This record gives sequence, structure tokens and C-alpha cells, in this order.
Amino acid sequence: MNDKSAALLSNYFIYSAMAVYTLAFFAHAVEVAWSVKTPAVSVKKTTLDFSRTARVSRLAAAFMILGFALLLIAVVLRGISANRFPLGNMYEFSITGALTFAAAYLFSLKKYKVVWLGLPVSIAILLTLGSAITLLYRPSAPLVPALKSTWLVIHVSAAIISGGVFLLANFIAATYLLMDRYEQKGVRPVWAQKVPSLEALDNLSYRLVALVFPLWSFAVIAGAIWAEAAWGRYWGWDPKETWAFITWVAYAAYLHARITIGWRGRKAAWLCLFAGSTFLFNYVYVNVWGTGRHTYSGL
Amino acid sequence: MRTALILLLLLGIAAIPGSLFPQRTQNPIQVKQYFVNNPDTARFLDQLSLFDVYGSPWFSAIYLLLFISLIGCVLPRSIEHLKAIGAKPPLTPKYLNQMEHFTEIKSVDLDLIEKYLRKKHFRIRRDAASISAEKGYIRESGNLLFHLSLVLVLIAIGIGSLFGSKGDAILNVGDRFINTPTSYDILGFGKYQAEDSLAPFSITVKEFKAEYDPITNAPLDYTLTVKTANPAGSTEKTEIIKVNKPLTYGSTKIYLQANGYSPVVIVKDKFGKVVFDGPTTFLPQDGNLSSIGAIKVPDMQPQIGFVSSFLPTADRDPIRGGFSSYPEVLDPRLLISIWKGDLGLNTGIPQSVYRIDTSKMERIGLKALALNETYNFNEGSITFTGWKSWVNLQIINDPGKGYALLGAILAISGLLISLFTRQRRIWVKQGEKTQIAGLAKNGIPGLEDEIKSLVKEIGNER
Ligand code: HEM
Repeated sequence: MNDKSAALLSNYFIYSAMAVYTLAFFAHAVEVAWSVKTPAVSVKKTTLDFSRTARVSRLAAAFMILGFALLLIAVVLRGISANRFPLGNMYEFSITGALTFAAAYLFSLKKYKVVWLGLPVSIAILLTLGSAITLLYRPSAPLVPALKSTWLVIHVSAAIISGGVFLLANFIAATYLLMDRYEQKGVRPVWAQKVPSLEALDNLSYRLVALVFPLWSFAVIAGAIWAEAAWGRYWGWDPKETWAFITWVAYAAYLHARITIGWRGRKAAWLCLFAGSTFLFNYVYVNVWGTGRHTYSGL
Repeated sequence: MRTALILLLLLGIAAIPGSLFPQRTQNPIQVKQYFVNNPDTARFLDQLSLFDVYGSPWFSAIYLLLFISLIGCVLPRSIEHLKAIGAKPPLTPKYLNQMEHFTEIKSVDLDLIEKYLRKKHFRIRRDAASISAEKGYIRESGNLLFHLSLVLVLIAIGIGSLFGSKGDAILNVGDRFINTPTSYDILGFGKYQAEDSLAPFSITVKEFKAEYDPITNAPLDYTLTVKTANPAGSTEKTEIIKVNKPLTYGSTKIYLQANGYSPVVIVKDKFGKVVFDGPTTFLPQDGNLSSIGAIKVPDMQPQIGFVSSFLPTADRDPIRGGFSSYPEVLDPRLLISIWKGDLGLNTGIPQSVYRIDTSKMERIGLKALALNETYNFNEGSITFTGWKSWVNLQIINDPGKGYALLGAILAISGLLISLFTRQRRIWVKQGEKTQIAGLAKNGIPGLEDEIKSLVKEIGNER
């Protein structure tokens, strides 16, 4: 297989992964919709009966796993086509990022039973892959000299894995706020009844952040070590560095607020969302519009 | 610690404008452009130091306050923690039924429970009819380690900026550089770095090779070969410098920062006397290294200046006119416009080496020169004889960076320790029944399960 056909094959796998995630999305939607049981007498008595949808639910999970597998193959093929790790431009960061996001979901699915999260997660992956292959796509090419370093794999994969998990924590925090809103007004709508209790959501997003915060710190430090080797200073307040610092401070504040001040619930969820947005902002703003040296988007 | 946290947040917020406005330290040209485009706003922003955010008084103030508050909070806590390490856990509270996870079970031998808790590495205070056990002190150790390490990082940054130096030298292939202040194009010293403290090495640029991808024109690899000696005059050895592989002398590192072309021309005056012969550094403008520059010949009467562009691989199209279509020199052109008059070199105002102030000059010619072509203009002639590659070496001495790295590694270790250990107490009280309760510091979950398994274990042993 030559490099060109590997790149082409990688694209096909991206499209197939997108198709499977679309199926996963519908399966999750059907799961929620079909489990709503409205007795003939009154709409108010609507309840959820998941016994009817257990199968669909399993199907949805299977699609999520299959989608992940296809995406994994796509990313590996992309790497093969370029003879290096697929971390050389924004298209590659995005598909690899979607992969780690999908992996973070599967991990949480196994550990915390978060089937309900499949709906927003599949949408997010679809959007990421869709925008990557249409807007960010670049042909597979060798690296620019600045990126020829072992640190590329260390720094960028740590950053991207952290990003995937932060994003998942953000989804959970957003779900928390939504559920909280409903409960303030009365009861949750039927479709949301399978979503875990507020407390469980709160703890879940905290755990994800606490789990990955050290890795994030490591990504920033690895970046600094690399910057020292490549640019001659370990910290120069380049826009990407500045926003990495802001993200780090925001998550540190979140962890402190929870642990030492005892913030829970709504306030903590907002802080979590804020911290996650600084990460996304860094990714989009600095790569697409940003200045500074840290621009390898290839756009 | 709350003050420190707020200050840290504040530092994060204060860092934002630096990523939104161009900064003098990173992008002086964009700052100048900002002044040209919006002079009034720019002056206002400048008064708030928004073009020098990271060196501004308010940024430094937050930084210093953070430093002070970290020390002020960590030192007393460390002392307290050291004392607590040797101490026994506090007394068992009187009424356990008001505490968390309260459980009552049939009376059990306290010795058994003590043995169990000891096996689980709890610290124990054993009284006649009660046990107070605590575990997870290392959480606070980690916490303190983390904060102390941040102080170390801040100190390391200070050392770097007070005792370090940073400079740029632009060298053509063949040039020799000796590390003294006068050899630099730009050089900045920390406050306490003495001028004669530069490492005494020499570097001679032997060869510079740039490889490009023929399809995308993107650079693939840069290789700089130098001969170097430390101290200058000792035996030279050959070294390779690459983008991610600087040359190191102690805490000084030499980086390959940028590269470009220096066209070589010979300029003769009306009488055929050579008045200029050599390379001039040009500034690259795009990925294909079309470069602009200024060849200044002050030794002619009147003075002559050539406002020029260099195209390594010349190409034409009707819209852009001449441009470069490949970064390597395959078919070079030197475009010149010839100006005569006063170059303004003696006004005392520092001038860009890449530009000519033509306000007091008159244009007397325009020409695109191919290699080895000569052009005769009124006052003399110019011949485009070749080119050299130039490299920008950035030479940086940061004696603080080792400490910064150490601080960062310790900080992460401290963070891991404090995030992943739980500090908790378990109390056991003997009455008619055995009462058990606990307290999870900072409300971290997990204690309930621990007490459950304690109860189960004790139940099994009997
Ligand atoms: C102090 C130094 C550095 C910091 C704080 C830093 C920070 C970051 C952050 C936050 C990301 C995550 C993705 C995002 O938010 O966009 C990232 C990704 C990345 N970093 Fe760095 N970095 C540093 C140094 C470097 C150096 C020296 C290089 C290469 C010469 C580099 C190359 C990359 C690449 C290629 C990515 C991939 C994705 C992207 O640009 O978004 N970084 N870095």
C-alpha cells in the first residue's frame, strides 16, 4: 500500500465512522423516544419504560464501539500515509482529538454507565469529524522542521487526551445544569429521567477533571521543555502558552473550589464549563486566527 | 491559600490581554503597525502597558503578591504539618451518632479493630473504650510540596530574567562569530548579568542546507554545520545545529532561529572603481523566500541606494508581476530600483537595514538582474554575482531553567499526591454496642465503603 492510497483509505474510514456515529445517534434517540410510555388516560402520567429499549440501548453502545474502531483505523492509516504520528496539522489534531474523546466516552461508559451521554457525544463527534474533513482537511504531508521531535508525540498526545476528557466533563457539567434547571421548575421531562441524579453528575464531571488534570499539567510542562529545545525559552507568553496557562489556572481553581471551599453543583458546573471553554477557545482561536509561533494548523 | 488562589486566577485573567494585543517582546512590527493604524487608541493602550503586558507594573504586582501570599500561607502550614506528623489523632468525639456514616454493631473486641486499622496503615490513638484513627496525612504533604514548588518556579523565572542574556546574530555562510557583546545584532542582558560573563565560544558557519517538499514547497529539514571552539582559539570541532537541536555550552544554548538569502553584488563607480562587494542580508517575505532588502553604498558621490527584492526562483504572472515560486535558488533574480541622494545614515536616527528612507533621494533606474548580469546606470554599475544563505542564531543564557524544570516536576508530583489521596478519620467507641463513625476531610467520597468493609471484616473475624 503506498502513501496516497493509505491517505485515501483513511478518508473512507472517516466517512464510515461518521456513518456509524450517525446510526449511534439515531439509536440513542430512539432509545429515549421509545421508552416513553404514555397511558391513554393522561399525558401527565407519562413514564419511562426502558425494558422495551434495552436492545436498542445495547445496539447504540455497539455503534459507539464500532465507530471508535473505525475512527481508530482511520487515524492509524493517516499516520501510515505520512510515515509519522498523525499530529502534524489541525485536521490531524481534530481527528485524533475526536478519537480520544470517543475513547473517554467508552471508558466512562464502562466505568460509570453513561449510556445517556451517547446522544450528545455522538453529535459532538459527528460535528468534529464533519468540520475536520470539510474545513480543515489537508493532504497527508511530511512535518515542518519545527515539529520534527519526539516531543511532538509526548506533548501533543498528552494535550489531546486531556482535551478529549475535558470536553466530556464539559458535556456532563452542561447536562447537570440542564437537569438542575428542570428540577428547579418541577420534575425532569420524561426523556431525561434516565439521566443520573444531580449528585452523580456533579461527581462524575469532578472525577474526570481530577483524573486528567495531572496529565494536562504534564502536557503544558512537556510543551515548555520542548519550547526550550525548539525556541530557546521555556515560557514566552505566546498566545497558545498564555491560554494553556489560563486553562490550567481555571481547572486548578475548579479543583480548589470543590476540594477546599466545598463548591458543589451549579457553581462548580459553571466553573467547569468555563475552564473547558478556555481550552476550546485555545484550540480554535489560536490555531485559526491566532498569531504567535504555535501555529501548526496548516490552514 | 484562598488568597493565593484568587491571585492565581487574577494572574490568569491579567494574562488574557497579552494574547489579544500584539506584544513588543514577540511582535514589535505588529505593534508599530497598530500605532500607524490607530494612533490614539494605541497611545491609550500603551499607557496601560497593553503592548508589554507581561512586563507591566500591574502584571508584576500580581505576580509579586502571589509570591508573597504563597510563602505567607505555605510556611505556617508546613510547620503545622510537621508538628501534626508526629502527633496522635485527635480525641474521639463524645457523640458519634452525630457524625457521618454512623453505624452501630454488636460489641466487638476493640483490639481486633485496632489490629485491622493498623494493618490498613491508619494512625491510631487508643483510649480505654475508644479508637480514633486517621489516614491520609500525605495529602497535605503533597499539597504543600505543590505550593512550595510553585515558589521555586517563580524564583527560577526571576533568576533567568535577572542573570540571563538573550541575543540574536545574523551570519552569512562563511562568517565567524565570537561571543562578545559587539558581535550581536541585538542583545539583551538581565539586570545582574555582567557583560563579560558571556561564555567565550566562537562559531564559524560552514554550511547551511534547507530541504523542501517539491510538491507543497514546505520546508522539510534545515541543517546547519558549524565549526566551534570554547574558548575561542582552542581546537575547533564540527557540530550540527537543527531546529529542535540547539548547540549547548553550559547554561547557554545556540538556536537556529531563521534563515534567508543574502544576494552578493559588486558596485562600481563611474571610474570603474569597486565601491561595494559582498553579501547583503535580505528579509524573507513568504514561504517561497522572496525577500526584500536594501543595498546601501554610502561611499559614492552622490550616495546610492538599491531598494531590492530577491526572488530565488523567479516566476511571473500578469496579476502579481514577478514573484518566487520555490524557496530554493533555481533561477534567481535581483530586482532593483536605484536611488541617488542622501541615504540619511548620518542623522543619528537608527535605520532599518532592510529599508531605505528615500525621502531625500531621486530614482534613477529600475532593473531585474539575472545571475552575473551587469546593469550600467548613470553613476556607475551593479553586477549580481551570486548569493549566500544566512542564518539567525539566537543565543540564550538562562541559568534558572533547571530550577524551573525541577519546580515543575515537583509541583506535578505534589499535585498527584494531593489529588489522589483522601484524608479521613474513623472513630470507634465501645459501649453496649460498638459504634463506628467517620469524617472525610473535604467531603471526598469513599469513606462510606471503607467503613462498610471494616464492619464486614470485623463481623467475619468473630
Ligand atoms: C510552553 C510551551 C507550550 C505550551 C504551553 C503549549 C500548549 C499547548 C496546548 C494547550 C496544546 C493543546 C491544543 C490546543 O489547545 O490547541 C498544544 C498542542 C500542540 N502543541 Fe504545544 N505548547 C507549547 C510548546 C510547543 C512547542 C515548542 C511545539 C512545537 C514546536 C508545540 C507544538 C504543538 C502542536 C503541534 C500541538 C497540536 C495541536 C495544536 O496546535 O492545537 N507546542 N500545545
